[in-house]
Amino acid sequence: MKKRSLLAWLAGLLFLLLSGALLTLPISPGSLAGASVEALARSGVGNPVTAVLLNYRAYDTLLEVGVLLLVVIGVWSLRECDAQRVDTSEWILLLPLLRLVLPVLVLVGGYFLWIGSALPGGAFQGGAMIGGALVLAISAGLLHRVLEHQGKLRAGLAMGLAVFVAVAAGTAAVNGQILHYPQASAGLWILLVEAAALISIGLTLGALFYGGRPPQGSAQSPAREFDRE
Amino acid sequence: MVGGRLKGRHSLRPGSSTVNEIAFRLYLLAGASLVAIGFFGILASAELLRKILGVNIMGSGIFLILVALAARTTDPIPDPVPHAMVLTGIVVSVCGTALALALADRVRAMKAREMLDEEEEE
Repeated sequence: MKKRSLLAWLAGLLFLLLSGALLTLPISPGSLAGASVEALARSGVGNPVTAVLLNYRAYDTLLEVGVLLLVVIGVWSLRECDAQRVDTSEWILLLPLLRLVLPVLVLVGGYFLWIGSALPGGAFQGGAMIGGALVLAISAGLLHRVLEHQGKLRAGLAMGLAVFVAVAAGTAAVNGQILHYPQASAGLWILLVEAAALISIGLTLGALFYGGRPPQGSAQSPAREFDRE
Repeated sequence: MVGGRLKGRHSLRPGSSTVNEIAFRLYLLAGASLVAIGFFGILASAELLRKILGVNIMGSGIFLILVALAARTTDPIPDPVPHAMVLTGIVVSVCGTALALALADRVRAMKAREMLDEEEEE
C-alpha cells in the first residue's frame, strides 16, 4: 500500500514536470510545415500528411509495414487461434445485418484510401476500417469463413510489404534512389503502394484480433452449414 | 511571458484565437496526464495485462502530445511530420499490443505448466 502511494506521488511529479516542460516550450520557427507544403506540388498528392508518409519519408513507412508483418509472424508463432465454430443460427438478425454492413465498411475503407491523396485519409485509416470489418465478422462467429481463404489471407498479409519493396527496388533501379518516384507519375505509384498497404493493414489488424495462427487443416474444412443461401 | 507568447501566436497565425490557445494547452495537459496515469499503471501492479494497458495509455498520451505540438509553428498549417508519425504509430502500437498480449498469454501458460510440474513432484 505504501509503495502504491509513493508511486502515485511519482506519477504526479511526472505529470507536473512534463506539463511544465510542454507549456513553456517556445513556438518553433523551424517547423517542416512550410517545406512540406512547398514540395507538395511535386509530391503527387495534395495532402501534406500523405506526402510525408508515402513520399518524403516513405522509407519510414516501408519499415512500418514490415513491422506489421513481423508482428503477425510473431503472434502466429506464439499461439494457435481458437477456431471453434459458433452456432449463429439463433441470431436471426446478425448475419443479414452483417451482409449489409461488411461491404459498406470495405467500401468506406476504399473511400478513405482514395480521398487520402487530397484530404485526411489514406491506407492506415482505410486499413483500420477493413480491420474493423474483420473484427466484426470474427466476433459474429465467422472466423472459419475467413480461414477458408488461407492462401489469400497469407498473400494479402505479405502484399503491402512486397509491393512496397518492389516499388523501392524499381525506383532504385531506374534512378538510383530508393522510393524516389518519377515526378509525373508519383501519384500513381503512391496509390499503388497505398492500395497494397491498405489490404495488408486491414488483414493484419483482423489477424491479430483472432490472435494466433490458423489451426492445421482448417483450410479444407467445408464449413458451409451457416451459409443460408 | 505567457501573455507575450499568446500575442505572438496571435499576430503570426491568422487562424489562431484565444480559444485555440486554450485548446492547445488542454491537449498538452491531457496528454501529460495520460502519460502519468500510464506510468502509474505500468508500475503499480505486477499483472502483465495491467502493464500492457498502462503502456497503451502512456502511448495514447504521447500521441496526443505529438498531435498538439504539430500546431507549435508559425506556418499557417500544422506540421504534417508529427501527424504522419502518429498515424503510423497508432497502427504499430495496436500491433505491439497484440504481440504483448500473445506473449503474456504464453507466460501464463508456462507458469500454469510449471505449477503442475511442481505438484507432480510433490
